[in-house]
Amino acid sequence: MEIALQATGLTKEFKGFVAVNNVDLSIEKGTIHALIGPNGAGKTTCFNLLTKFLQPTRGTIKYEGRDITRMKPAEIARLGMVRSFQISAIFPDLTVLQNVRVALQRGRGESYDFWRSDKILSRFDDRARAFIDEVGLTEFTDERAAALPYGRKRALEIATTLALSPDMLLLDEPMAGMGREDVERISKLIQKIAENRTVLMVEHNLSVVADLSDRITVLARGEILAEGTYDEISKAPEVIEAYIGASHD
Amino acid sequence: MAMAEKTSDAAPQAQAVGMPALHKVIFGVLLAGLIVLPFFVYPVFAMKVMCFALFAAAFNLLLGFGGLLSFGHAAYFGGASYISAHAAKVWGLTPELSVLCGAAAAGVLGLVIGSLAIRRQGIYFAMVTLAFAQMVYFVALQAEFTGGEDGIQSVPRGDLFGLIPLADNMALYFFVLAVTFGGILLLYRIVHSPFGQVLKAIRENEPRAISLGYDVNRYKLIVFTLSAVMSGVAGATKAQVFQLASLTDVHWSMSGEVVLMTLLGGMGTVFGPLVGAGIIVTMQNYLATFGAWVTVIQGVIFVVGVLMFREGIIGVLARWFKRSL
Repeated sequence: MEIALQATGLTKEFKGFVAVNNVDLSIEKGTIHALIGPNGAGKTTCFNLLTKFLQPTRGTIKYEGRDITRMKPAEIARLGMVRSFQISAIFPDLTVLQNVRVALQRGRGESYDFWRSDKILSRFDDRARAFIDEVGLTEFTDERAAALPYGRKRALEIATTLALSPDMLLLDEPMAGMGREDVERISKLIQKIAENRTVLMVEHNLSVVADLSDRITVLARGEILAEGTYDEISKAPEVIEAYIGASHD
Repeated sequence: MAMAEKTSDAAPQAQAVGMPALHKVIFGVLLAGLIVLPFFVYPVFAMKVMCFALFAAAFNLLLGFGGLLSFGHAAYFGGASYISAHAAKVWGLTPELSVLCGAAAAGVLGLVIGSLAIRRQGIYFAMVTLAFAQMVYFVALQAEFTGGEDGIQSVPRGDLFGLIPLADNMALYFFVLAVTFGGILLLYRIVHSPFGQVLKAIRENEPRAISLGYDVNRYKLIVFTLSAVMSGVAGATKAQVFQLASLTDVHWSMSGEVVLMTLLGGMGTVFGPLVGAGIIVTMQNYLATFGAWVTVIQGVIFVVGVLMFREGIIGVLARWFKRSL
């Protein structure tokens, strides 16, 4: 079993309040791993620690055997580990094509060349269109991203993320606030992109991740409550208890 | 452009690469108009407008495309005017070298202040830039070479490249036209470059730009410095025109004025800052007889402007015509 991402003794304290407490997490390469838990369980904090948007108080994080605990978020993105956001992370004033192109532009390294015309970016157009087709946004290619319906924005976000050709995707509640139709579409999309990648997704809702994930870790009050397949998790009494009283939406 | 894109229906021509035909036409008409302008209006007034147009365009690069509101741009504008006046008067440099000295000084100042300011966001960013600009003002007031309350006066106009005397207003006019128009075209290019594309992405969604692997602070620092350099070019050129560097140019009210010009014309548009600068400078010039009332009139125009057309004059036009202007 090859490990893509591994956290050991991960702890985050905010002024006396422990949001994440001594969490050990191993994500196997090529799997879809879900991190779930009721409100306030520390999922988002944990996610932000793993993606380096927060610095852990204690503990280490390794990606493909490499210690990334002290790295900056942009650095781990360049290592091939790319995150999404709870609110749809798009560039609203750019067109769909331009959104994807900003990610492809990473391929040329940093773009500090302010003296050059943006004409040279048109060489990314064909590849951008291919990613846009892949997530089913072809008809919206030249639309302003802000004008897209919610579910489509998430699809655009995924297309942009894919354009970085990451080895590992971290999705922060990819299905939050979506209607049933959109949930199905995005689920299919996640399955499709996970074929040759590792995916870690944070979810609030157990049922959404049921069919999707290979392995599930349940967090409650900043600690790991249980870990296993959906069948194991859904029968565990401590998980059922944690979810009682917590919202069932 | 941000405003324009927000409102246009993103027609396919929005994807056209290079400078859109419409912009080419506008720049062409503008250049032709500026070439004949000094035969109809007082050249010094026209030069003042051009200097402020470049200043506002440089400021707009930072605010409209970088999404960073600096409240201390007088430091670069005024700082450069002192350096360029000093270079021409004391070191006896030619006008183009004096302007370059001023711009370089503004660039160094921008790099230092920018590297500290970009660590903060929103209002704190604005406060840091203001605080540093006040320090620059204090230096201009106290240092020996700046001449304190008097400023640096009777700066010689010198010979361009050591060959062409610029003492004549008409000769100077075409030098100023070349510098400011070239500067504005350079700013246009910066916005429409691979760098500009990332810059817009950062403005639109900074955390997302980080997650794509961009070192956003580096981009912010570069755009801050570029904006300072171009503001410096504007201020340094103005010092050559008026043969004077004074405290007015480093005063905080100058930082406010450039915000006003940019917002009135349309922040994030290509031509807005030029229009805004034109209106404000013209008003100050022709309403000068009203004395202190100019400030009141400016205030009223600003309030009306913000209430009636929040996107600025060019921003509103861009929405009407569904074109990026």
